[in-house]
Amino acid sequence: MPDVVGLEAARELKFRDPARARELAQALERVCAEVGRAPVSVMHVCGSHEQAIAKFGLRSVLPRTLDVIMGPGCPVCVTDLPEVDEAVVLAQDGVRIATYGDMLKVPGTAYSLAEVKGAGGRVEVVYSASQAVEMARDTTEEIVFFATGFETTAVATAAVILNDTPPNFSVLSAHKYIPPVMEIVAEMPGTRIEGFLAAGHAATITGWSIFERFVERHRIPVVVAGFEPLDILAGLVKLVELVRDGTPRVENMFPRCVTPAGNRNAQAQLWRVFRTTGGRWRGIAHVPNGNLRLRDEFAHVDARRRFRIDLQRLWTHAPSSLAQLCICGDIMAGIASPSRCPLFGRECMPETPVGACMVSSEGTCRIWHQYGGHPSL
Amino acid sequence: MSGAVRVAAGVPSERAVTLKHGAGGRAMRRLIEETLTTGYDTAGESAPAWAIGLTALDDGAAIPVGDGWLVVTTDAHVIHPIVFPGGDIGRLAICGTVNDLAMMGATEPLGLTCSIILEDGFSRAELERIHRSMVAACREAGTTVVTGDTKVMGRGEIDGIAITTTGVGLTRAIVPDAGLRVGDCLVVTGTIGDHGIALMAKRHGLAADDVLCSDVAPVNGLVRAALASADGAIVAMKDPTRGGVASCLHEMAGKSSVAITIHEPVVPIRPAVRSAAELLGLDPLQIANEGKAIMGVRGGETAVARVLASLRAHPLGRDAAVIGECVPGESGRVVLDTGFGRRLVAEVDGDPLPRIC
Amino acid sequence: MCLGVPGQVVEVRDRVAVVDFWGVRRETRLDVIDEPVGPGDYILNHVGFAIRKIPAAEIGETLALYERLLAEADGDLMATDVRGEIDAGREAGQDDA
Repeated sequence: MPDVVGLEAARELKFRDPARARELAQALERVCAEVGRAPVSVMHVCGSHEQAIAKFGLRSVLPRTLDVIMGPGCPVCVTDLPEVDEAVVLAQDGVRIATYGDMLKVPGTAYSLAEVKGAGGRVEVVYSASQAVEMARDTTEEIVFFATGFETTAVATAAVILNDTPPNFSVLSAHKYIPPVMEIVAEMPGTRIEGFLAAGHAATITGWSIFERFVERHRIPVVVAGFEPLDILAGLVKLVELVRDGTPRVENMFPRCVTPAGNRNAQAQLWRVFRTTGGRWRGIAHVPNGNLRLRDEFAHVDARRRFRIDLQRLWTHAPSSLAQLCICGDIMAGIASPSRCPLFGRECMPETPVGACMVSSEGTCRIWHQYGGHPSL
Repeated sequence: MSGAVRVAAGVPSERAVTLKHGAGGRAMRRLIEETLTTGYDTAGESAPAWAIGLTALDDGAAIPVGDGWLVVTTDAHVIHPIVFPGGDIGRLAICGTVNDLAMMGATEPLGLTCSIILEDGFSRAELERIHRSMVAACREAGTTVVTGDTKVMGRGEIDGIAITTTGVGLTRAIVPDAGLRVGDCLVVTGTIGDHGIALMAKRHGLAADDVLCSDVAPVNGLVRAALASADGAIVAMKDPTRGGVASCLHEMAGKSSVAITIHEPVVPIRPAVRSAAELLGLDPLQIANEGKAIMGVRGGETAVARVLASLRAHPLGRDAAVIGECVPGESGRVVLDTGFGRRLVAEVDGDPLPRIC
Repeated sequence: MCLGVPGQVVEVRDRVAVVDFWGVRRETRLDVIDEPVGPGDYILNHVGFAIRKIPAAEIGETLALYERLLAEADGDLMATDVRGEIDAGREAGQDDA
C-alpha cells in the first residue's frame, strides 16, 4: 500500500489525468457513432456537473453528435418567486437572514435579497448551516436561515436542526428533492432525453437503487457519476453504451462514494426533519413531492410558522416585461438552450440578471455566459 | 439596526454605486469610463497633456520629462482584515503603489506620499505596527515616504483605517499595458491566487496560516532585473490585482486588440491555494495577487528564456512561467486550455471578494 | 456552496473532524456520516458535513472500472496505444506532484 501522501497525490491526479480523459473522450466519440443516429440527447440534473463540465472545458471535446443537456439541477434557479419573496419580506421587516451566497441576487417578484441588503437589510452569506446556527448563538436577535439546495444540502440543514438549536434560530426551507423532477422531464411532451446522468453526491446520500423504479417505468438508463473530469467522461461513455444497446438500467460509475442503499444515517435524519410536498419549481410549474418542508414536530424552528410573512405587499408590483420574455423554465427543462433566449447576453447578463438561470453559479445561462458555452470553442 | 427596511420603490439599482463597482472587473471599468474620467481636459487645451493619461486607464500616468518619463500613480487601501497572513494594510499600501510604478517601467521610485484616515478609537499599538510594516516595505523597495496627511473621523464614520499612497518615479522607457501583438508570449512571475485566497481563508475559517499567505511584496527589483535582461523584449506589463489574472489579461488583450490563450496545466499555483479555491468555489484566475506581474514578451524562445532566467534568479520570481500566448481572434477574448478541453476565461463582474485590497 | 470535495481526516473531536485538503484544514461535521471515522480516513465533504468515508481501496476500483471501459470500447488492436498513453500520462501526473 503506497504511503498516505503518495496515495492522495495519485488519487487526485488520476481522476484528472488529461491523457486518460482524452482516451475517454475518444471512446465517447466512437460509442456515439455506434448508436447510429444523431443527436443522442442525455440530461444531467446537477448544477455541479454543469460547473465541472464548464470549468474543465469538457464541452469542447464532447462529440458533436452528443447533446448533454442541463436539466433543472440548479437549486437556486428553481427556487420559485414566492419563496424568494418570503425571505425578502422578512429582511424588509428587519429580520436577520443567513443564506448561501448564490441566493442573494436571485430576482424575486419585486426585489432580490441583494437589493434589500443594499437598502439596509441585514442579509449575510454563510457557507454552511452550522455557520447560521453560530450566528444565532452570538446574538439574541432572530436569525432566519434561508435554506436552499437539494437533498444533499438538506441533510446538513436537518443535522443542525436535530442538534439543539438556540431559541432565536429558525429555518425558511426552500429545499427541493430531485427524483420527482426527473419524472416530470421524462414525461414532458417533446422530450428527447434518452438517458440521465445522476448526481454522484446526491446519490451518496440516497443510494442508487432509488432510480430503479424510474428506469422500469420510463425505460431510460440512469448512470450515477462523480464530478472529476474522468468521472464525467466515463459516466457519459457508459450512458451512451446503454442507449446504444437499448438496455435501460441503473449503473453506478461512482462506486467510491455511492452504494445501492446510500447513507442510511443521513437519510434517517433528512426524513425525520423534512417531508415532501408538491410545489412550483421556478419555470417548471408543479412538481409533486418536489419540495422539502419542515415536519410539524419541528414547527418551533419553522420560520413560516414563527413569523407572519405578508407577501401581498410585494405583489402590487407588475412583473417586468423582460421577465415575461425569459425562457429559464424551458432551459431548465432541457427543451431550449440559452442561445435561443432573446435576452441572453443582452439585457440578461450576470450583473443584470433577468432569470434565475443567470444568477446562480450553477445556472445554465450563467455558466454558458461565463464559460463561452457551446461548440464554437 | 432594527425596524423595517424600505427599498425605495422604483429606484433602479444602476443609479446607485454598489460594491461591484469596486471589484476591479467590468462594472468598475464602466463606472470609470462613463463617469469618473469624463470632462477633464485630457487634450491639453488648458492643462499639460500627459502622454499616458486618464484615457489610457493604465496603472499610472506618464509625461515626458527630460530624456525620460515622469510616472505617477495612486491607490487607496481599505483591506479588511487589516492584518492578514503574510502582511497588513501598511505593507499593502506601500507595495501596491511601488508595484504600479514598476508596471509602467519606473522601478526606482523617487518617493511616496501617504495619506491616512483613521477612525476615532483606532488602537495606537495597531497603528504603530502598521507604520513599522510600511517602513520595512519601503526599505525593501528602496524608497521612502516623503510627505503625507493624517485625518481622524468619528466612530462609525469610517471602518478602522484607510490608507492612500501616491508614488512618483522616473524612467527611461515606459512599458504600457497595451501593446501586445499576435505571437507575443505571456509570462507570470510566480504563483497565482495567494493574496486573495489567504484573505478568504481567514474570513471563512479555513485554518492554513502556514500554507496560505499573501504574496504582498514590492516587485520593482524583480521587474528591474527582468527589464535589464530583456533588452526591449518585454512589450507590456500589468499586475494582476483585483480581478486576478483573468481581469488583467482581459484588459491587456482588449487594449491591444488581440486574443489570448492560457494553458492551465502550466499556470503556477500552490496546491493549498488550488484546494482552498475549490473549497470556497472560487476560480484562482479571478483572485487578487499583490506580488506578481504579467509580462508580454516578444522575440521568440531566446527572449523568453532570457526573461525567465532573470526572473527565476530573483527570490520573488522563482516560480515564473510562460502561461500562454497572444493569438488571432476576437479582441479581448481570453481562452483557457484546461488540458481536457477549452473554455472562456470569465472576467470578474460582481464581487466575489469584497475588501480584498 | 462548498460542494463535494474529498479530504483526509487529521483529527476527530467529538462530532467534528479536522480535515486536510491539500494543506488547507477545515472543520467538518460528522453528524450524518454512516460509519466511524478516524485520522487518516478520506471523507467526502459537502457544505461543511462529511457525507461519506471513501475507502482507499475503492479509488483503485473506480480506476479499474475506467480501464475496463476503455478496453471494451477500444478493442484489442488499440490496447497497446492506450496503455502507452495512460502510462505517459501517469508519469507526467507524478511529475506535477
